[in-house]
Amino acid sequence: MDINRREFLKIAGASTAIGLLGGWKAVELLAPGDVEAKYLQNPKVLTAKRWAMVVDMKKMNQETAKNCIEACHRIHNVPDIGDSKREIKWIWLEPFENAFPGQHQEHLAEQLTGQSFIVMCNHCDNPPCVRVCPTKATWKREDGIIMMDQHRCIGCRFCMAACPFGSRSFNWMDPRPFIKKRSPDYPTREKGVVEKCNFCAERLAKGQMPACVEASNGALIFGDMGDPGSEPRKILHTHYTLTRKTHLGTNPQVYYLV
Amino acid sequence: MADDTKKVINSLKETGFFKQKRLYDRGKVIIGIIIFLALLSFPLFYNMGKAAKAPEPEINTPAIQRLPETERVCVEPKSYMKDNHMKLLNEWRDQVVREGKRDYVGFNNKKYTISLQNTCMECHSNYDNFCNKCHTYSGITPYCWTCHLNKPEEWAAGKQ
Repeated sequence: MDINRREFLKIAGASTAIGLLGGWKAVELLAPGDVEAKYLQNPKVLTAKRWAMVVDMKKMNQETAKNCIEACHRIHNVPDIGDSKREIKWIWLEPFENAFPGQHQEHLAEQLTGQSFIVMCNHCDNPPCVRVCPTKATWKREDGIIMMDQHRCIGCRFCMAACPFGSRSFNWMDPRPFIKKRSPDYPTREKGVVEKCNFCAERLAKGQMPACVEASNGALIFGDMGDPGSEPRKILHTHYTLTRKTHLGTNPQVYYLV
Repeated sequence: MADDTKKVINSLKETGFFKQKRLYDRGKVIIGIIIFLALLSFPLFYNMGKAAKAPEPEINTPAIQRLPETERVCVEPKSYMKDNHMKLLNEWRDQVVREGKRDYVGFNNKKYTISLQNTCMECHSNYDNFCNKCHTYSGITPYCWTCHLNKPEEWAAGKQ
């Protein structure tokens, strides 16, 4: 087939135009779509490479501890069941020998034996609860927080068996009748799910510090363990701190300054 | 072979196998069957021509009334919300819990905090006449409300 210069240019031009149109469509298709653009983070969000907490036991007295527990449990609608077999707790008190088994000795400093230690989920760097969860209802976020998706929890309690700190509680019954101090801002839980401290992920998302930290008068120091200039990192650098059951290798991220 | 078959047939004849059967108490049984069928189909006839009215969820809550008339819209157009609110809520759940994204840009380019309990229920504060009206009509019991509070303020005040 013969083709003259004029026809060749016509066909070449038309092909280029069609190609460009297709290319543009492809760019539109591959570009971040509406779905992603519709969901945003709050501009005030607090972010970190690795959230962690230091408990300063010199500043933490019984009164402060009570305030911390009260603030947390009120904000998160945690029920007060009053029966140790079925109780729900996000943050609570333990005597030294229970909080740090194996570290107890006969002639321990009085300041340790006489004190109750405030304990919560350690948001371990190597969390056994996450390993055993069959539904991925609990997982480690990129900022280190061990989150729970209550929608996904089937109540198998593997995580409770795996957690060496007893940080997780199971709802043996509908918790609502047992919630005395109520918050309209946070959901409750239902019968048959596990719950625990979430380092106030919902507050960090709004630019607020965790509830217990706010109520602690500086006894709880919360910050980014991935930032060498952060407050908890500086404390760890200059002071001797304890973590709970260190030998188990879960690498807890709640440190105790004694 | 043929003899054997004949023998069997003969013995069956003797036992009355080929005799015509009759229904004992035929009259009573048939009346019984008719009564049974009448009872069974009673709801069908009773409700004939009386279609249940489609529910009309109410949207005249104080929070909505307070908005200027032009801004009385949901996060997406009404028709979309009617069909897809459950899908949107599932998407919201995943974005918040898994991705940590807690703000949603609505179709009117307004930004909303993603929260069933606090954002949805702030405008639609009439759970009984909004959510529940359609859900009851269509026989649906969503399990949102075993955890999320349908009347957060009443709950916090201890009235619920």
